[in-house]
Amino acid sequence: MTFRPAHELHKRRFSRNLGLGLTLAAFVGLVFALTVVKVQRGEPLQGYDHTYQPALLPKEEGQP
Amino acid sequence: MSDIGAYQGATVTPYEPGFGDYVQLLKPRVMSLVVFTALVGLLVAPSGLHPIEAFAAILFIALGAGASGALNMWWDADIDAVMKRTARRPVPAGKVAGGEALGLGMALSGISIVMLWLATNWLAAALLAFTIFFYAVVYSMWLKRSTPQNIVIGGAAGAFPPMIGWVCATGSISVEAFLMFALIFMWTPPHFWALALFMKEDYHTAGVPMLTVTHGRKVTRAHILAYTLLLVPVALGAAVTSIGGPFTLAVAVVLNAWFVIGAFRIWRRDEAMAETDKYAVEKAFFRFSLLYLFLHFAAFLVELALKSAGIGGW
Repeated sequence: MTFRPAHELHKRRFSRNLGLGLTLAAFVGLVFALTVVKVQRGEPLQGYDHTYQPALLPKEEGQP
Repeated sequence: MSDIGAYQGATVTPYEPGFGDYVQLLKPRVMSLVVFTALVGLLVAPSGLHPIEAFAAILFIALGAGASGALNMWWDADIDAVMKRTARRPVPAGKVAGGEALGLGMALSGISIVMLWLATNWLAAALLAFTIFFYAVVYSMWLKRSTPQNIVIGGAAGAFPPMIGWVCATGSISVEAFLMFALIFMWTPPHFWALALFMKEDYHTAGVPMLTVTHGRKVTRAHILAYTLLLVPVALGAAVTSIGGPFTLAVAVVLNAWFVIGAFRIWRRDEAMAETDKYAVEKAFFRFSLLYLFLHFAAFLVELALKSAGIGGW
């Protein structure tokens, strides 16, 4: 079994396809990294987990 | 498969735009200025961002600027085609279809605004959206072809990036952010009018109502001097805020003295003198204007470094 040779059109579009592919991969990587940063910090998310969390309550005078 | 089929019988190979042609639609040289000023605005802000968030913020501000550049190239293709300076841009050169520039501009606008919102805050994203709207609609579609004040008001679009960078970090606008905006806003008219003085045929041929075309070159020279003088208090004002210090103030004094001298030399000349030395003074002023802006923003960064070392700031 042999592969059909690439059409000349594919060769002409190679730079565009490669550039777009790399750009999309970089975008996915960036969104992943942003997600990790946001989740690791995560303070605002704690308010949505329906669990009593004393750490989120405002501190009273004289309390450590 | 279907698009290959369409080419099977073709005898003339059509030009296939490469990735670089689409990058050119985003005006990479303008983007580099946007990246630098936005980065300074972000770094000198009193509160910081995580490095990944900061990187994303700068990237999406630059992408938004690129998107507005693509929209500008789509709308202004007819003007670009008759101006020597812009005739080789992808749309007038026939490398990329106008519709593709429009599509790319719209898509990147949406992506950059939403991503900046997710990466930082809604105010920064709203400012970016306004900037794109201002450049593509207010400047390109409306002001550029209708008033000689096009550069003055349109300059606001290029002035927003440092403010957006600041807002990304702080979530609010302050006097420092406003003065960084005002610095670029007031710098833009003398910068572009100097260019218009020695690229006169271009704007005239394209029918763009630049000040040189509508009010003449003598008036333009006076306007360059007036706006340069108005720029001085803004530059000195920025140097005495929390982002400045003695070093920034010294740099601002030197740069503005030099800039005013240049504007004064332009104001004193007439066309006969300019033709004699092929607009040497105007070209030198234009080149220095680029250095002026770069050094001003670089001075803010140096002041920040000095402050970290305990010897900078007020």
